[in-house]
Amino acid sequence: MAAPVSVHLEFGGGAELLFDGVKEHHVTLPSQPEPWGMRQLLVWIQRNLLKERPELFVQGDSVRPGILVLINDADWELMGELDYQLQDQDNVVFISTLHGG
Amino acid sequence: MFLFFISELKDAVRVRHSCPLFVKCLQKMCQMQRGAGSSSDPCRRPLLQVRPTWEVGAPPCSFFNESRTGSGSCCLSVRSCFREYFTHKFRAMLGKTRLIFPGEKVLLAVSGGPSSSAMLSQVQQGLGQSAQKKLRFLPGLVHIDEGGALGLSLGERQRLVSELKAIFQTSGFPFHVIPLEQVLDLPTSAVNTTPPSSDRAPDCYKAAGDGGELQQGGALAEPSVHEAQTRSLQQLLGSATTLTAKEELLRTLRQHLLVHEARTRGYSKLLLGESCTRLAVRLLTCVSLGRGAHLAQDTGFSDCRFGDVTFVRPMREFSAKEIAVYNHMFRVPTVVIPSLETKTLEKASIQRLSESFVSRLQQDFPSTVSTIYRTSEKLQTAGGGCCEEDGRCLLCLCSLDTAAGKASALQARLISEQLCCQKPAGTVKVEPSPPAGPCCSSADGECGSAAGGAVCCSSEAPEKKDLQKLLCYSCQLTLRDMSSVAHLPQYILTEAQRRKRRSLMKDEISEFLLEEEEGSS
Repeated sequence: MAAPVSVHLEFGGGAELLFDGVKEHHVTLPSQPEPWGMRQLLVWIQRNLLKERPELFVQGDSVRPGILVLINDADWELMGELDYQLQDQDNVVFISTLHGG
Repeated sequence: MFLFFISELKDAVRVRHSCPLFVKCLQKMCQMQRGAGSSSDPCRRPLLQVRPTWEVGAPPCSFFNESRTGSGSCCLSVRSCFREYFTHKFRAMLGKTRLIFPGEKVLLAVSGGPSSSAMLSQVQQGLGQSAQKKLRFLPGLVHIDEGGALGLSLGERQRLVSELKAIFQTSGFPFHVIPLEQVLDLPTSAVNTTPPSSDRAPDCYKAAGDGGELQQGGALAEPSVHEAQTRSLQQLLGSATTLTAKEELLRTLRQHLLVHEARTRGYSKLLLGESCTRLAVRLLTCVSLGRGAHLAQDTGFSDCRFGDVTFVRPMREFSAKEIAVYNHMFRVPTVVIPSLETKTLEKASIQRLSESFVSRLQQDFPSTVSTIYRTSEKLQTAGGGCCEEDGRCLLCLCSLDTAAGKASALQARLISEQLCCQKPAGTVKVEPSPPAGPCCSSADGECGSAAGGAVCCSSEAPEKKDLQKLLCYSCQLTLRDMSSVAHLPQYILTEAQRRKRRSLMKDEISEFLLEEEEGSS
């Protein structure tokens, strides 16, 4: 049983348009049997935060190509991408580098 | 893996820490450099220059552990490394090409997006610093408020513009925020090439420019937008039936307005913030749009199709990712302004489709963008780009690529289009003089017969046809996607008429001209 994790989510570069224009979200992920990883976080975001057009944010079980993910200011490709285990007080940033967000 | 890295750099790098994350990070940076800078590029240097900070400073792996707390001191070394790398690349790009002279007035086109905002912050730093590689030009900023074209409400537009103004004001440079609606009132000179070194053109422009600047004194005289103008702009864009055509049209109009602004205010260079990712997408888009002949101009470092105003793309060595990380790390303010592509589906337009193609490929093959971009670097325009104005496209001002021979793909397409167009009139009609010939001469006759036969063409069709003769292949396609040409800005229509009259006159006197030529030779 993993304890609840509170993380700071940030959306930028136009990605916030899919979240009602709200850039920063402080969220607490509820406790669940398996530990919170990026894979689960994306599903959670899709269910709880995403307001419209999920296909413009996620593709398959990962984010859409062109959206940059930074975990604690480091590229998530260095952190193991979807397999990264979230820690308490982590800072996850999603920046769209696509034209028009 | 380590050995690979060291040999790659061809330098005796002694890295003491074997933190796997650190190795990964170095490899990433290596990859990034290999992708973005050419082999003889000075861009490699920053990585080596900052090496001491890594070696002397705290173990690099602690960057990843401590960065969680936000501002660990070790972050600073990596940060400063990245900053130096970024700055160096920007200045090297400008320095290497030697296009911008000291003291030259340079206009930065800032859309508010990540790339142009990063460019603005680089210019700001480059001018303020006392470094030896200080930038020495005089920048001005221009932003084109396209809210009207996108159908944003007035309040929304004002909010975005005031956000941008706040950014511009902190930069301290003179700035101009211009609504796109002004494109409707441009003079015909906007679609003409002015010779670069001419003495006369700057003079008449300068008068206007000085007046404007006095009035503004760093800030801007608020150009008012009339609702009617917004409506006619929307009508114009609305007349384009596809998103592809809409985007191309918007791009063209934006370009005209930017050039006009640069001219009237006496700027000779216009810096665009197109990143290498964007240019790679643009390259593929151009090919798909039939703009193959203009690739070099559309994606090259400098573009002098307008003669006196040169477009420069100093951000073309940076990938979108680098820019996004830079903006995030150093808190570069950006303004998110929706574009026509915002929230559209992947296949909504050719531009959008090429973008998602490139970004998807880039994810699995990280050298996609740089490979495409390298290709664009090697392209050159065959004609050199300096021909008389009649040989230029009315919209994009590139040299016309429609003078292909009879057996060209272009002629084949035209013939099949004519055949398609005539079908509704009944098959009784005699085939259009089969060779259809050089379209310019036969088109008039063609038109007359079509009107006589009361075929599909509506009353404005001839006009569209006239216009089409003045356009390059790609702009012809854009025009074909427009329901009517009546909404085009007056300056384009006037110029089209002028050119038509000229060519008619030329035809009339062609006999004499030929004789004269023969006589003289």
